[in-house]
Amino acid sequence: MTQSLLDSPYVVKAGKILNTKEMTNLEKYFAIELPGQEDLAHDPGQFVMVSLPGVGEAPISVSSSPTKKGSFELVVRRAGSVTGAMHKLGAGDTVGIRGPFGRGFPTKMLEGFDLLFIGGGCGNIPLHSLITFVLDNRSRFGKINILLGCKTPETRLFVDELTQWEQRSDIFVDSTVDQAGPGWKGKVGLITSLIPGVKIDPKRTYAVIVGPPIMYKFVIQELLKREIPDSQIVVSLERHMKCGVGKCGHCQIAQYYCCQDGPVFTYNEIRNNYEAL
Amino acid sequence: MTKSVILKKTELNHFIEALARSAAVVAPIAKGVKSFAFEEVRDGKTLSLKYIPTILPPKKYFMPQREKIQEFDRKAFRWTPVKENGFEKLVIFGVHTCDLSGIQFLNQVMGEDPKDVNYLARMEKITVIGLECNDYCDSYASCAVMKTHLPSGGYDLFFTELAGSFFVDVATPKGEAIVKGTGLFKDAGEVEKKEFENLRAKKEKIFRQEVKPANENLKGIFARSFRSEVWDDLDRRCVACGNCTNVCPTCYCFDIRDEMDLNLTTGARTRVWDSCQNEEFAKVAGGENFRGKRGARQRHRYMRKFNYPVDRFQRYSCTGCGRCSRTCMAKINLKETIDTLAEALS
Repeated sequence: MTQSLLDSPYVVKAGKILNTKEMTNLEKYFAIELPGQEDLAHDPGQFVMVSLPGVGEAPISVSSSPTKKGSFELVVRRAGSVTGAMHKLGAGDTVGIRGPFGRGFPTKMLEGFDLLFIGGGCGNIPLHSLITFVLDNRSRFGKINILLGCKTPETRLFVDELTQWEQRSDIFVDSTVDQAGPGWKGKVGLITSLIPGVKIDPKRTYAVIVGPPIMYKFVIQELLKREIPDSQIVVSLERHMKCGVGKCGHCQIAQYYCCQDGPVFTYNEIRNNYEAL
Repeated sequence: MTKSVILKKTELNHFIEALARSAAVVAPIAKGVKSFAFEEVRDGKTLSLKYIPTILPPKKYFMPQREKIQEFDRKAFRWTPVKENGFEKLVIFGVHTCDLSGIQFLNQVMGEDPKDVNYLARMEKITVIGLECNDYCDSYASCAVMKTHLPSGGYDLFFTELAGSFFVDVATPKGEAIVKGTGLFKDAGEVEKKEFENLRAKKEKIFRQEVKPANENLKGIFARSFRSEVWDDLDRRCVACGNCTNVCPTCYCFDIRDEMDLNLTTGARTRVWDSCQNEEFAKVAGGENFRGKRGARQRHRYMRKFNYPVDRFQRYSCTGCGRCSRTCMAKINLKETIDTLAEALS
C-alpha cells in the first residue's frame, strides 16, 4: 500500500500575508491567504504550524472565526526564533502553513448555554476565535459574559473590538490589568477578582478559560466555588507541538497528545491528570 | 502461510551471499567488548549469531536518526516533500524476538492515522529475518515477563538455531520468495521438528519472569505510581543524557529542524531523533517547562512503556530487551524500578 508523499502530514502550503498590524510591543497581527483563497476550514481553538524556511516551524493559534472566509488571522507573540523572524515579515511576504490541527472548542456543545469567557494574556488570542464565532452566531447561544485580563494596559489585545463589545447590551464585558500604568482608568487586579462580579446560572453555563498555566489553577477554583460542573469548564492548554499529528511526543500531557487530543479539554478530562495543570 | 523449512548451518554463508546479490543485507556484527551493531554484510562470515542486543535497535533502518522529509526554496516559497533513497531493498538478518516486537510496535504507531508516509515507505522496502534466542543474552533482559522471548509475528522468515541446521518458519510471501529464490532450503524432517520442540521446551525452563509482578499487573502498578517516591530517587540519579531513549526499540520521539544550504536559498527540513529526557523537550517558548524535573521525565519514559500505550495501542511498548538499563551511566535499572514500584504498593 504505497502512500503518496502528498498524503504526508508534513506537506506545507504557501500562505500569503495580506496585511499586518503591530498590536503590542510583543504581539503582531497577520491576515493570511492560502493558495486559491482556499478556506482554512478550522474550528475555533485549533492551531496551525507556521513555517519559515530555514528557521523552522512553530504552533500558532488561529485568532479569527471560521465564519470569516477567504483568509484567516494569526496574532503572534514574539517569543522564539520562528516568531521572531515572523515579526519581520509584512504584507506580500509568504509563510508556510500546515493544519489546522487539534481539537478545538466544542462549539456544538456550547449551543443553547450561557457562556463565560475568561482570557488571560496571549490566551486571549485563541479565545478571540471562539468569541467572534459566537458573536457571529449570536442567536444560538444564551447570555454571554467576557472577562479579560493581562499584565499591563500596553499588553491589552484586540482593544478596538473590546471597546465595541463593551458598548453592546447583549453581552457583559469586564476587564482588568495586573499592574496599572499612567493614565489607566480601568480595573487593576488579577483576573480572578472579576469572577464574583458576574451573574451566572451555573447549571446552564459553560466557562471557557484560556490563559497562562498559573491562571488555570486559581480561576478553576473560583468557578468550582460558583458551582459550575467540571464537564462545563473548558480549557485550552499550551504545549510545544512540533509535528502536529500525534507522533513527535513534545506536546504530550500524560496519556494525551495535546496536538491531537487537545489543545482544548474539559476540566473533567484532565482533573486527575498529574501533568495537565 | 506458515510452513517450516531447514537451512544447513554450512549454507549460511551462501545464503547471505545470495541475499546480498539483490538487496542490501544488514546483520549483527561484533564491535568490541559486549557491543554489537547492525551493519551491512556481504557474506555470512562476519556476522554474529550469538549477540547481546545491538547498541541501536533495528529502528534505525525504519526511522533513521536523521531523515530528510522536505526540501524547500525560500525565494520561490516552495516546500517539496521528499523520501530519502537510503536503500532500494533491505534485508535485516538476525533480529531477536525482543526487537521484532519493537518493530511491530513502531509499525502500529506510524501506521496509525495520520500515517507517517516516510516511515511506511521504508517499511515496505524492508525484509525482516528473525533469529531465536536459545538462552538469555544477559541479566538485563526482561523478555519473559514482557512475553517477547518467543516469536509472535513481525518477521518474514524466522530462524531457530539447532545443532547442525536452522529451523526456519516461513511467514510471508516475501519470505517464501527468498526460500524459493535461493534454493538452499529443504523441508523440515521429523528429526529437526523434534529437535526444535525440545529446544522450545528447554526455553520454558530457562526463561522465567524476571521481575516480581506478572505481565498483566504491570499496567496497574504504573497507573497507581504517579506520585511514587521512586521518581524522586530517579530524579537524583538520572543525568538526563537521553541514552535510554536513543537505544530503546520503541522510542520514536523526534524533533523537526530546518537546515539551509550554503547558497542560503535552498535547504532541507529533517526529522531528528529527540529524547523526552532532554531538559528542553517539553518547554514552550514562554519559558514554562512542563517536565522540568528529571524524575518527571523518567516517570514519563516509564509511563510511555507500561501505562499509556496499553490504553492507546492495547499493548506494552517495553520489549524487555534491557538496552536502557545496559546503557545507563547512572545504573538506573528497569527491572529494579519495576520491583521497587511493586513493593511500594504492596
